[in-house]
Amino acid sequence: MTTLELQEELAKLYNKNASHIAEDTSELINKHRQQAFEDFKRLGIPSKKNEDYRYTDLMSYLKGEYSYEIAPSKFSVDLDDLFRCDIPELDTFIVLVLNGFYYKQNNPVGLPEGVIISSFAKASIQYPEIVNRHYAKYADTKLDSLAALNTLFAQDGIFIYIPKNIKIDKPIQIINIGFSFKNLRITRRNLFVIEQDSSASLLICDHTLCPRSFITNSLTEIYTGDNASFNVIRMQNENGNSSQISNTFVYQEANSRFSSNTISLHGGLIRNNTFAKLNGEGALNKTYGIFFGDNDQHVANYTHIHHAKPHCESDQLFKGILDGNSTGAFNGKILVDKFVVKTQAYQRNNNILLSKTARMNTKPQLEIYNDDVKCSHGATVGQLDENALFYLRSRGISNQEARHLLMYAFADEVIADIKLDPLRQRMNEMIEKRLRGELARCENCKVHHLGN
Amino acid sequence: MLNIKNLHVAIEGKEILKGIDLTVKLGEIHAIMGPNGSGKSTLAAVLAGRDLYEVTEGEVTFEGEDLLELSPEDRARKGIFLGFQYPVEIPGVSMVNFMKTAINEQRKFNNLQPISATDFLKLMREKKEVVEITSNLTNRSVNEGFSGGEKKKNEIFQMAMLDPKLAILDETDSGLDIDALRIVANGVNKLRREDNATIVITHYQRLLEHIIPDYVHVLYRGKIVKSSGKELALELEEKGYDWLKEE
Ligand SMILES: Nc1ncnc2c1ncn2[C@@H]1O[C@H](COP(=O)(O)OP(=O)(O)OP(=O)(O)O)[C@@H](O)[C@H]1O
Ligand SMILES: [Mg+2]
Repeated sequence: MTTLELQEELAKLYNKNASHIAEDTSELINKHRQQAFEDFKRLGIPSKKNEDYRYTDLMSYLKGEYSYEIAPSKFSVDLDDLFRCDIPELDTFIVLVLNGFYYKQNNPVGLPEGVIISSFAKASIQYPEIVNRHYAKYADTKLDSLAALNTLFAQDGIFIYIPKNIKIDKPIQIINIGFSFKNLRITRRNLFVIEQDSSASLLICDHTLCPRSFITNSLTEIYTGDNASFNVIRMQNENGNSSQISNTFVYQEANSRFSSNTISLHGGLIRNNTFAKLNGEGALNKTYGIFFGDNDQHVANYTHIHHAKPHCESDQLFKGILDGNSTGAFNGKILVDKFVVKTQAYQRNNNILLSKTARMNTKPQLEIYNDDVKCSHGATVGQLDENALFYLRSRGISNQEARHLLMYAFADEVIADIKLDPLRQRMNEMIEKRLRGELARCENCKVHHLGN
Repeated sequence: MLNIKNLHVAIEGKEILKGIDLTVKLGEIHAIMGPNGSGKSTLAAVLAGRDLYEVTEGEVTFEGEDLLELSPEDRARKGIFLGFQYPVEIPGVSMVNFMKTAINEQRKFNNLQPISATDFLKLMREKKEVVEITSNLTNRSVNEGFSGGEKKKNEIFQMAMLDPKLAILDETDSGLDIDALRIVANGVNKLRREDNATIVITHYQRLLEHIIPDYVHVLYRGKIVKSSGKELALELEEKGYDWLKEE
């Protein structure tokens, strides 16, 4: 299959289902589809000739036979019971998304006044002013054809709204589940709006709960108002047959603090694109990630941090551990506009290759159009420190355990940044299991083998 | 307990140890001295199992067993301890986790259950006293940001925790102030028993005033060129190594 063939197939799929796709979303969502379609047709599926996708061979993952569901899947089992997350001591406002659709229309209870956590489709009808103010404003469909594709097919996902002056201590949790009898193409669309002086944290868990292949195109738009604070921790843990392309667009107002910590534990293809625009003075952006690869996995992180106003700070840290024939890529772009002075922009990417056949491509891209900028970037690709390994072994620690300790320590720099104790502990446990070669699922998220 | 016979060691094709013979018995303390680059650390590292070095000839037995066949971890579990000349910093691995893992691997090897949390804390506290560690070094990452002296103390602390049969201390005295030197030496003496042995590698006679050796060996260009009693150290301090060339 060529990129062109896939593009045509997807266009056909859309044309055939256009009216169904637009059925449950409001006009203010639907009105963006035409432009997105044109952008998608013009841009096509990115091939390796596309500079931003040079190291990500999308087609080798995206080809194949997939179904597409334009209505929520129905199962006789109660997913709420099956997949209740049991992170100890972590009390969250929890919502489930099944194959891209909000599962059961029961919003979490006990939310502070004015806070909304709901289905995206539903929100587009119930809260048109808020949605209209932000929807498709940050996700530039001209920048990335997969973002265009998402806007074209967008039906459901999660909408979060935190009004002014509200601090939610209890984290919000979204569990995205892929669960199907057939290989499935999934589209997810999220919109998170954190208004001025508010703060919240969000945990997103991506799971596939059966061995089918899923191709997920997920797009999230995030707005942080003046002096708002938003922290997103994301754990990607899908089966090795599945592909996930995630576009996250963050728009930050003055003095807002946004941080994300993406833990890519497992998956066939994981491609994360993060676009952040620091559009108010004093904004702070932290984009962190740790990824693990083995077998034939590919994990790519692409960042695009745009300093559009002075006195902002951005900090990127991505670390990767690759084994087997896995490949990884980091492409980190920092863009500082003219006159955007007193900018601080940092970027670091460190990688460990555990096998001779694992490969990592790392590329910083700095575009800085003024002199009053403090900027640093650095990338390393190496092996585990032999001296440290020998030191540990000389104390009676087995080679395997010593390697394990060093990998765990390597990941710790990223994980240590997670502020919520129980969550950090759980992530540590998951990483530990991952490094030991056990699939790191939460206790209640078991793989369910479905018959055909 | 340790028998080294005609040991030849090379790195990248270059021969560094050129036929070492050395016998260490239970209860003994041996000092190895010698100029820079003579191969002291190489000998220590080979005994601990560093695979960077290639043994081209000779044999080493430890308690009757072929030592060179064993992995570094098995050597440690059987009671060999190397105090590093340059202890390695390992950011992200806490001292506590490191020591607990090491102790438990040793226990597993001896068919014992993992140490309980309270016993472990007690052991830590006890052994910290041996080297008079008062600060919270053990709450930090392994050697990370430790001063030179703290690193050396930390080696002796680990030695105390693991209670080895044969400790090889590679320049554990370098970079120590007078008090720290006394503390480290006292630590070694406190751990000394009839059923263990110590090899101290040093440049300074000073250390040997605290840790009284039974034998002093001079390693020179990959060979032990002289072995004698503790008085040899004084002689070396006075005359340096040049006079040995003539012998
Ligand atoms: N990894 C290595 N690669 C190349 N040469 C090495 C390596 N390690 C040691 N050597 C060489 O082997 C010789 C012996 O080194 P070694 O460290 O054993 O000396 P030493 O007696 O401990 O010296 P010092 O008193 O300075 O600690 C030196 O010439 C050194 O350069
Ligand atoms: Mg040395």
